Amino acid sequence: MTDTKENAKGLLLDIQDLTIQYVTDSGTVHAVENLNLQLGHGETLGFVGETGAGKTTTALGIMRLIPSPPGVIRSGKILFEGADLLKKSEAEMRAVRGAKIAMIFQDPMTSLNPVMTVDKQIAEMIRLHRSVTDAEALNLAGDMLELVGIRRERMHDYPHQFSGGMKQRVVIAIALACDPGLLIADEPTTALDVTIQAQVLELMKKLKQQFDASMILITHDLGIVAEICDRVAIMYAGRVVEYADKHALYRRPLHPYTIGLFNSVPDLEEDKEELAVIPGLMPDPMDLPTGCTFHPRCSFATEECPVTKPDMIEAAPGHFVACPVRAAAQAGSESRGGEGQ
Amino acid sequence: MIRYVIRRILFLIPVLIGVAFCVFTLLYLTPGDPARMILGDMATEEAIREFRVKEGLDGPFLVQFGNYIYKAVTRGDIGRSYVTKRPVLDEIMTVFPATLKLSAFAIIIAIIIGMPCGILSAIKQYSIFDTLTMIFAMVGLSMPVFWLGLLLILYFSVHLRWLPSSGFDTFRAMILPSVALSAQSISMITRMTRSSMLEVVRADYIRTARSKGQKESVVIWVHALHNALIPVVTLCGLQFGHLLAGAILTESIFAIPGVGRLMVESIKARDYPIVQGGVLFVAITFSVVNLLVDLLYAYIDPRIKAQYK
Repeated sequence: MTDTKENAKGLLLDIQDLTIQYVTDSGTVHAVENLNLQLGHGETLGFVGETGAGKTTTALGIMRLIPSPPGVIRSGKILFEGADLLKKSEAEMRAVRGAKIAMIFQDPMTSLNPVMTVDKQIAEMIRLHRSVTDAEALNLAGDMLELVGIRRERMHDYPHQFSGGMKQRVVIAIALACDPGLLIADEPTTALDVTIQAQVLELMKKLKQQFDASMILITHDLGIVAEICDRVAIMYAGRVVEYADKHALYRRPLHPYTIGLFNSVPDLEEDKEELAVIPGLMPDPMDLPTGCTFHPRCSFATEECPVTKPDMIEAAPGHFVACPVRAAAQAGSESRGGEGQ
Repeated sequence: MIRYVIRRILFLIPVLIGVAFCVFTLLYLTPGDPARMILGDMATEEAIREFRVKEGLDGPFLVQFGNYIYKAVTRGDIGRSYVTKRPVLDEIMTVFPATLKLSAFAIIIAIIIGMPCGILSAIKQYSIFDTLTMIFAMVGLSMPVFWLGLLLILYFSVHLRWLPSSGFDTFRAMILPSVALSAQSISMITRMTRSSMLEVVRADYIRTARSKGQKESVVIWVHALHNALIPVVTLCGLQFGHLLAGAILTESIFAIPGVGRLMVESIKARDYPIVQGGVLFVAITFSVVNLLVDLLYAYIDPRIKAQYK
């Protein structure tokens, strides 16, 4: 894929061969396997996959917040601004968390400490990473609240006095309080009402630009990806199976799983009785299929698929796919297209 | 908040009348005539009749009960001891300080030992410390207080001769009874703290605190502990109420002149007014402690406070 020299220059985040497992008494859960992912400065990466695909584990891995035990980061590198986060000490990591990489969590109802006023929860973040007094930090916390659209008078309120959407705004205020270079949003709107979802997304989009941050947006909603992301990584059973520019991916999804995902989005234009679904279920992460983990559910599968683990292939410039069959087909169609001209 | 307190105090009234009624009925139905007990076998029928009239024991049940409540409410008079002839309230107040001291000592021991053990157990879940603590907690919870008390006396007083086995005047004399009385509370507080802490440590807001770059020690001791202690505080309050009310066995074993022992002796002597007064007193103490715990609860949990408005 991309060589290391280029990483040092252009990329904010470069994850290489990351493997994370949960070791339990009943077996080893292969949550993330040989994951590779790149994120440029100012980019927004959509991280798409079903529940259990390993998206949140990857995010927590970047933060080095995998609960351990049972979580173990087996191998790989997470290069952030050129330095490997996995080699940092716990104290060094604390200086990264919040200040350089901040996270927005899925459920705003439970993400805030119920016995602490929201201004204190924001100020805690500011006090940790900036040399300001308590009073200044609280004042800045009020500014942050106003920035996310909450009146300053409410800064001394407790989380239970806010609605779900407001709480998520508070969580966003905490995440952005120290102007992080990278924002990881783990399904930030899943727990919210649809109308509130749009508002929160709009807010995140605006603030991301205002703060000039890069963002990883974890979601299973392809509509959200289309709206805010620049690039998309599709994750299946702990691996990235397709990684491309948003437009390229939406115009021409290559991996059979991605195609399945797009087909399962209802299209009102088409008059169809039933929604196309991907046959079968996500494999048990304790017992993954051999070779390509998607082969049991794949209509394109050949004899080769259960045998060899597919590598990422650059099927078109900047469009990577972990499926030799489809990559070859893409190459074929392109060369045919070339002949026709 | 003040309205809540007033409402809670008003709620106490029916509770106390109910308690008084139950005790009154129970003793009324118990076989054995207080007049005969107090005046002795040699007393004449006339003397017994006279005693009954004088003590108001000749009226119908409800009249007797009504009188009792009336006097208690208007004059704070809950009767006189048949035996010592002193007002019941005075009798109880003489012995209450000993019980209060014993219970306070026991709950302080229980909190000082129970909470840290529970927290450490949770932080080091499945470690040797955790396993040992849980074993001790199980033993402490299952061991009857009279048995533990006797063992303590046997070992520390009789065998080692370190501490006195009875009396309650010196600090040294208080050690054994307090330890015996606190054993169950230590165990319960340990277990509750541990499970509450384990639950809280997995909460999303703890992850949020970590994701801010906060130190693990602050995450545990500030964010987790405050939340984990909410149910523990309730338990401590309830335990303190129990200790105040339930030190009977401990007081008997260690010969401590407390409310519990007074009640046991009064039951033996059929000194009804003391028994009634004692139970009522215990009920009031328990309710007041409970009220205080609820107010404390509002103080440490803003969500509860919001409900009180």
